[in-house]
Amino acid sequence: MTAPLLEVRDVGQRFRASGGMFAKTRQVVAVDGVSLRLETGGVLGVVGESGCGKSTLAKIILGLIKPTSGDVLIDGRSLTTMDRRERARLIQPVFQDPFSSLNPRQRIRDIVALPLTAQGGIPAGEIRKRVDAMLSRVGLDPAMGERLPAQLSGGQRQRVAIARALVLHPRLVVCDEPTSALDVSVQAQILNLLAELRLEFGLSYLFISHNLAVVEHVASEVAVMYLGRIVERNEASALFHAPRHPYTKALLASVLTPEPGLGIPETGLGDAMPDPANVPSGCRFHPRCPVAVERCSRDSPTTERAGAGIVECHLAPVG
Amino acid sequence: MTALLEVADLHIGFGGLAAVRGASFTVNKGETHCLVGESGCGKSVTALAMMGLLPANAERRTAALRFDGQDIAGLSEREMSRLRGDRIAMIFQEPMTSLNPAYTVGSQMGEVYRRHRGGTRQAALDRAAELLERVRITSPGMRLGQFPHQLSGGLRQRVMIAMALMCEPELLIADEPTTALDVTVQAQILRLLADLQTELGLAILMITHDLGIVARTAHRVSVMYAGEIVETAPVFPLFAEPRHPYTRGLLSCVPVPGKVGRDEPLGSIRGTVPRIGPNFAGCAFRDRCDLARPDCSSPVVRHTLASEHSYLCQIAP
Repeated sequence: MTAPLLEVRDVGQRFRASGGMFAKTRQVVAVDGVSLRLETGGVLGVVGESGCGKSTLAKIILGLIKPTSGDVLIDGRSLTTMDRRERARLIQPVFQDPFSSLNPRQRIRDIVALPLTAQGGIPAGEIRKRVDAMLSRVGLDPAMGERLPAQLSGGQRQRVAIARALVLHPRLVVCDEPTSALDVSVQAQILNLLAELRLEFGLSYLFISHNLAVVEHVASEVAVMYLGRIVERNEASALFHAPRHPYTKALLASVLTPEPGLGIPETGLGDAMPDPANVPSGCRFHPRCPVAVERCSRDSPTTERAGAGIVECHLAPVG
Repeated sequence: MTALLEVADLHIGFGGLAAVRGASFTVNKGETHCLVGESGCGKSVTALAMMGLLPANAERRTAALRFDGQDIAGLSEREMSRLRGDRIAMIFQEPMTSLNPAYTVGSQMGEVYRRHRGGTRQAALDRAAELLERVRITSPGMRLGQFPHQLSGGLRQRVMIAMALMCEPELLIADEPTTALDVTVQAQILRLLADLQTELGLAILMITHDLGIVARTAHRVSVMYAGEIVETAPVFPLFAEPRHPYTRGLLSCVPVPGKVGRDEPLGSIRGTVPRIGPNFAGCAFRDRCDLARPDCSSPVVRHTLASEHSYLCQIAP
């Protein structure tokens, strides 16, 4: 069996956070024992609410932060064995906010060219050609390359971010909430563009989002994160049609589809908001879980097989 | 249905650029009217105009602005401030920036009440505790002594709602009240608003960009585009038989689980919203519309169908 494109092996990330001038330093567990695999051509959706560790996980996979424990492998090779240039040829990011992820003082052309110039040894004429081609491919007039980010709309900026990510023809693109800051009509344009480019360039995406309807549309496989852990992972169709974890069920129930007459769903979730600096004992979801029993506050559930995926819950059907 | 808020031909401009162009709508007692549109369509500035909170450089004119039968367009700032927080209340998107970080929950909630109703500090705190309980906040006594930064985003939005309800308003204006919240918390807050509407007979003017929220909360919907209400209808016909090409386009852009398959493209609307200068005429959507004809650049007449459904387009059937 060949190695998958991306393999995340038991990755953990702890931060020390100061609790204030007089408070004790606290340990924040952002990511805790996360394992993932993504095959070439797949789209792995990662969903979860704010503070669940999904953006920290994205930064670890991009090699922007070194995990406290565990390892990330691309094509079977650990990220730690690669230098920045090699990593950049394999993995590129598209971030949420096209307003803060583009340098406001650089021309669009230079922003998109940066990954090429950073590699070194590529002639200027070749860079120019590749930048122009990539700008046209993402639907921007190459003449726009002379402008500054402030002169572009939000959707155009996100196209620039995509052009920058693809100009080196990477294998994996980590999209962290790529459409969350955009209007719905622009979101649709960007999602369509990402789908076309994936087929055209043979890309794989790690697609992080809090919007389950968007993830359902793009992902082949989905991982649900809660307080730093993957509590359920499965093929997208299985996860959306037959969710097993109570948290996945609550997340899916909360999606407000544009269908009048259905009213507002009752999630059944408690008010105890998850705090990564204060992870509950036993199952970390038990304070909010509508079906929790006494055991859930005491014992941590183990990772069990669930069809093609996994689930972590004492009460969920396994196998 | 009795109209509580009636707006006719509202125009708002900022130095030659038009933000709202002839918006007319009605919010009935006990009902939710959603103003939906994308950024820059004029929905938030419309909400601010209802509260008399427009920035000083805004020019507003309107044929009629009536609240409970009373003309409020000509009210002085002093008279308006008597209505605000009392009979008309508002909640905003980001509760962290609309609550004062330097005062406790109790003192902020109490201030609103004492300003409109007078009474002792203790009476105001009792009222605040009652309202916190009403928005399903546990241990309200403790929360009253806390500062906004000690609360989670969902709790802060509950506090905002409780504060808005202190004086039993008849109209609640909610400007993207759940946009900053997680999906599960969003469902909880919207559920709370729906329950409160039933309990108190609140009329709600809901400003949102999210068609899911519109479908699930609205009785009546007005779709805004480039400062105009391009289509208005009760919620069922709006989603079942949208007429305006913009409404149709917007609905096709939303990914709906189970409706559009993976790798199938979503509907989308090309181009971007135009800037509306002083001499703009005709349909503002024509440059992005697949149906557009040359005569779309001449002034558009509003079509009215049965059942209070109208739209601003001369081509749509």
